[in-house]
Amino acid sequence: MLGYTLSRLGRAAVTLIIVVSLAFVILRLTGDPGQIMLGPDAPPSAYAAFRRNWGLDQPIWVQYLKYFAAIFEGDLGRSMRDGRPALEVVMERAPITLAITGPAFLMNLMIGLPAGIIAALHRNTALDRAIMTVSVLGFTVPSFVMGLTLALIFAVQLRWLPSGGSDTWAHAVLPIATMGLIGAAVIARFTRSAMLEVMGQPYIRTASAKGLPWREVVVTHALPNAAIPTLTIIGFMVGSLVAGAVVVESIFSWPGVGRLLVTAVANRDLAVVQVILLAIGFTMVAANLAVDLAYGWIDPRLRLKPTPTGA
Amino acid sequence: MTDATSPARRDPEDADRARTGSVFTTKSRAAAFFERFPPAVLLALAWVAMTLVVVAIAPLITPYDFKVMDLRARLMPPVFAGGDWAHPLGTDELGRDVLSRLLISVRVSLVIAFLSTLIAATLGVALGFLAAWARGRTEQVILMLIDAQAAMPFMILALAVLAFLGNSLALFTLLLGFYGWERIARIARGLAIAASEQGYATAVRDLGASPWRIYGRHILPNIASTLIVSMTLNFPEVILLESGLSFLGLGVQPPLTSLGSMVGYGRDYIQSAAWIMLAPAAAIVATTLSISIIGDWLRDLLDPTLR
Repeated sequence: MLGYTLSRLGRAAVTLIIVVSLAFVILRLTGDPGQIMLGPDAPPSAYAAFRRNWGLDQPIWVQYLKYFAAIFEGDLGRSMRDGRPALEVVMERAPITLAITGPAFLMNLMIGLPAGIIAALHRNTALDRAIMTVSVLGFTVPSFVMGLTLALIFAVQLRWLPSGGSDTWAHAVLPIATMGLIGAAVIARFTRSAMLEVMGQPYIRTASAKGLPWREVVVTHALPNAAIPTLTIIGFMVGSLVAGAVVVESIFSWPGVGRLLVTAVANRDLAVVQVILLAIGFTMVAANLAVDLAYGWIDPRLRLKPTPTGA
Repeated sequence: MTDATSPARRDPEDADRARTGSVFTTKSRAAAFFERFPPAVLLALAWVAMTLVVVAIAPLITPYDFKVMDLRARLMPPVFAGGDWAHPLGTDELGRDVLSRLLISVRVSLVIAFLSTLIAATLGVALGFLAAWARGRTEQVILMLIDAQAAMPFMILALAVLAFLGNSLALFTLLLGFYGWERIARIARGLAIAASEQGYATAVRDLGASPWRIYGRHILPNIASTLIVSMTLNFPEVILLESGLSFLGLGVQPPLTSLGSMVGYGRDYIQSAAWIMLAPAAAIVATTLSISIIGDWLRDLLDPTLR
């Protein structure tokens, strides 16, 4: 288990380095930061001073290493809008985003997992078809259409809920529902196919042939094995929740990180964009690491070293 | 055939078999047709065919110029909500004809999605083949890139690039071309490794063919059907991504219009003139749904192993 954990940690570290490097490359791709910040009409002396101040006159690999060092020190530049540290600007929005992505994630699991399992256990019945028909919508309806449709029904027509803002808990209902429903549909579909895959295995036939009650076959044999592929999709869901939050927060004027990202991109507030990029990269790596470690916990086969024969 | 005549059987198919003496069951032509082309698939194919026609001739069939404003005819409702046939789908806040804008938007969104998918497929196949051919360290680097790409939500990366590089239609299309390359690369690599161990690949290699010839002329045609299916499944996701970014105002820029940007501008009028956003929203859902249905159908038809 220790070896497995270490190898996963190593992989997470490599991915992190790639994400950080990517941010650096994108930053440098913009061309000359001096020209962008100072404008084309800046006097050459100011331009030279700027380059010296920001270390742009040094070789690219020195800049790259300094960039890493700065990240470790938590020095990620200042927002161009109000001059506050970009990290602080992003971090004060993080809890606001978690307030809707957290419940949405729970909703994904609480609706998606049972729906997928029920559909698989009632394969090819009307119930299965109904669940799958609804879940197709999760793949084909973009989150902004889902969000605006919910707003149109519950805010404009029925006037039950507010259509935007963040003053009361009622404001959080529609954003959570939008992300919760879409994710639940995706999870339901994957859970169903994972369950069907497992239910077709010989050990399920053996278990029911030796006279185990059906309930026990499902709970002790099918579910733990179906959990393994389902975990992968749950790790992936974290990423789509993050991307979904960008759109959903914009629709419902929810002042979280997603909306901050959209305004920062529109204003080209590069320091803030970069911090958000890194923060999301870290979150994704952490989520994937958690999924990988959970694999090892659920599936004992993964803890053992694979043999050369691949047995 | 003795059991076919046994009286214990009550299955109609067997009865049929007993009567005709054939192992084949008779099935009406219509039933056979609908089994091969389910109604949902037919509807999807019809919708896609229609959008393709729109893509080809949109500027010829739009009743108005999609950019022309008519401030005397602002926010006219569509026909089914009490409007008149001058503007079948109504007009927007600047008096522009929604139907004309919708047709042009379908064209813009689909052309962008098509070009981007083509870029992703080219990139994915090239890197997948390179990994399969080079193996060793090159393969490790490509696999690492695949993992890194899969680890970041693409929308966030796209937003970051747009923030740093600014926006233009060409850059935007190219950027979306990076969506999904890693899945295609993974599939192409796996298939190419499996194919290169087969007799035909060994044969051309032993005859002295160059890697370009082996991979381009022999392996690619043999694995093309699977690759085409995965492209079909990538396509609707690119449409969703494009419309999402355009919805946020960070994709296709005015005066050009796309389905997502129409919804984005229409959302300000959700209270008073919901039709502005409903028409493009419905077009997005119908198109992505149709292509997904066709993709699944093609997958089952061409390559059941992908299921």
